[in-house]
Amino acid sequence: MAPKKVDKLATGVLYVIAGVIVVILASLLGYILFQGVPHISWHFLTSPAKSFEAGGGIGIQLFNSFYLLLLAMVISVPLALGAGIYLAEYAKKNWLTDVIRTAIEILSSLPSVVVGLFGFLVFVLQFKFGFSILSGALALTMFNLPLLTRNVEDSLRAVSFTQREAGLALGLSRWETVIHVIIPEALPGIITGMILGAGRVFGEAAALIYTAGQSAPALDFGNWNPLNIASPLNPFRPAETLAVHIWKINSEGIQPDAAAVSAGASAVLIIAVLAFNLLARYVGNRIYKKMTAA
Amino acid sequence: MDPIRDAMLRPSRSAKIERRGRLISLFCISLIVAVVVAIFYFVASRGLATFFENKVNLWSFLSKTTWSPAIKDAHGAPEVGALPMIVGSFGVTFLSAIIATPFAVGAAIFMTEISPNLGKKILQPVIELLVGIPSVVYGFIGLSVVVPFIRNLFGGTGFGILAGTFVLFVMILPTVTSMTVDALKAVPRHYREASLALGATRWQTTSRVVVRAAMPGILTGIVFGMARAFGEALAVQMVIGNAALLPHNLISPASTLTSVLTSGIGNTVMGSLENNALWSLALLLLLMSLAFNLLIRWIGKKGEMK
Repeated sequence: MAPKKVDKLATGVLYVIAGVIVVILASLLGYILFQGVPHISWHFLTSPAKSFEAGGGIGIQLFNSFYLLLLAMVISVPLALGAGIYLAEYAKKNWLTDVIRTAIEILSSLPSVVVGLFGFLVFVLQFKFGFSILSGALALTMFNLPLLTRNVEDSLRAVSFTQREAGLALGLSRWETVIHVIIPEALPGIITGMILGAGRVFGEAAALIYTAGQSAPALDFGNWNPLNIASPLNPFRPAETLAVHIWKINSEGIQPDAAAVSAGASAVLIIAVLAFNLLARYVGNRIYKKMTAA
Repeated sequence: MDPIRDAMLRPSRSAKIERRGRLISLFCISLIVAVVVAIFYFVASRGLATFFENKVNLWSFLSKTTWSPAIKDAHGAPEVGALPMIVGSFGVTFLSAIIATPFAVGAAIFMTEISPNLGKKILQPVIELLVGIPSVVYGFIGLSVVVPFIRNLFGGTGFGILAGTFVLFVMILPTVTSMTVDALKAVPRHYREASLALGATRWQTTSRVVVRAAMPGILTGIVFGMARAFGEALAVQMVIGNAALLPHNLISPASTLTSVLTSGIGNTVMGSLENNALWSLALLLLLMSLAFNLLIRWIGKKGEMK
């Protein structure tokens, strides 16, 4: 019978397609890890990069990535929480809400290079922050905000309405209900979303090239005065991140060991992003278990 | 005045907290909207300067093929023809979408219709991991694996639209797949049961009922993937060759809007024509992303009515 044969054939083809995708991922990860992991050493992770000779590390870039991530999250998380609360709890169904939602949708679909260019124009040139961690963190905030906001809103909406009624019936105001009842309940979802967002931010480069800059001046890790230019904490120093570093050495680099350095840096980047993903799952489950009877 | 009356008339502590909280959340949301408005305003004001201040003709900007803003042509007008970049951007976008669609739809059908068990255990994590890999890593792999591979196979430098297509194909695959999975899962179970009860095979049911019912969702996924491909900058910039020439085949060095922007904006002086022309490209990118957004809304509306 023909239709049965076609059915078998189609099933076979679908198995092949699924297999090909798995093979693509396996070879991607395998390539990066096999090329990169042998290059990772304590020296590689801690020493500064070199521009013209072999043997450079990624120490400063790695620190910059984490510092920038921290600053970006510190700025974007409260904003996303506020915006998410507004959309989930206060927004009425009218044209204004539609406009707000459209704006968030547009912001989330903007190419990150456009966000980076806007940051360059406004923070670097207009506000005169220069190529700095602060400009980079603000650009990353814009890149991160729409997704975080949507995540907060979805997590809040997933909380049953009876919880709100219970809070209101106890005489709490709406805001107090949200802060003391709804947010704790929605916390696992919110935190999972934040960690996933952190993974995205950690690997982002296009928004940073013209905001945080492409150079990593030497840092003095003994100097923790945030106003000193050599201090790692100074938010006004240019800071090349790990992802930008990979791009930079591959497109303009002249180090003799550029391939090895970028393989090692890519492996570190991927391991970090994987760690973020695993952490998101683990923490989400853990908090959920801790806060509910499940 | 009567202290009780006074206390009743003043807003309570709760009411004050409520008002303050509401204001805080309103402030956050207004900030996001303001950022979107500011992005459009700033990019547009820079991007339109090419046409208003430097008097470049809009049509020649979109249709001419020579991109050398520093040089003036015989009539004294600067040579800013963005067609090579436009062709490059649309080329990699459409080609990667064409290649990715069968894979994505196939994988999604596998995950929802053929083997939900294997799909959930293996394919789902694979897709999630693919989403998580940063774009520079894709670019690096493209540069160190795909480009030499094409060079050995077809000759030339290996840089070009074909290499860009390969990299983007892997990058948009997870986006399209996961949205297609959502669309297929949303098809009610009784559609499948009705079709199977009529004696249709699983493939007949899938291809003629389920996929058709999920079509708007699948198309949305594909457009999302295309929007991502169109706006992707670094991964493409690393493998496309960055020559602002009209590509005459798939393996000749080309450029996209994003690749010219990333490599050019740092090397030009703010306010000069070279710089303004780049901002016009950014504006074009912004408008295209808006167009993709509208297209997705339109598909959603069309799908709803059925």
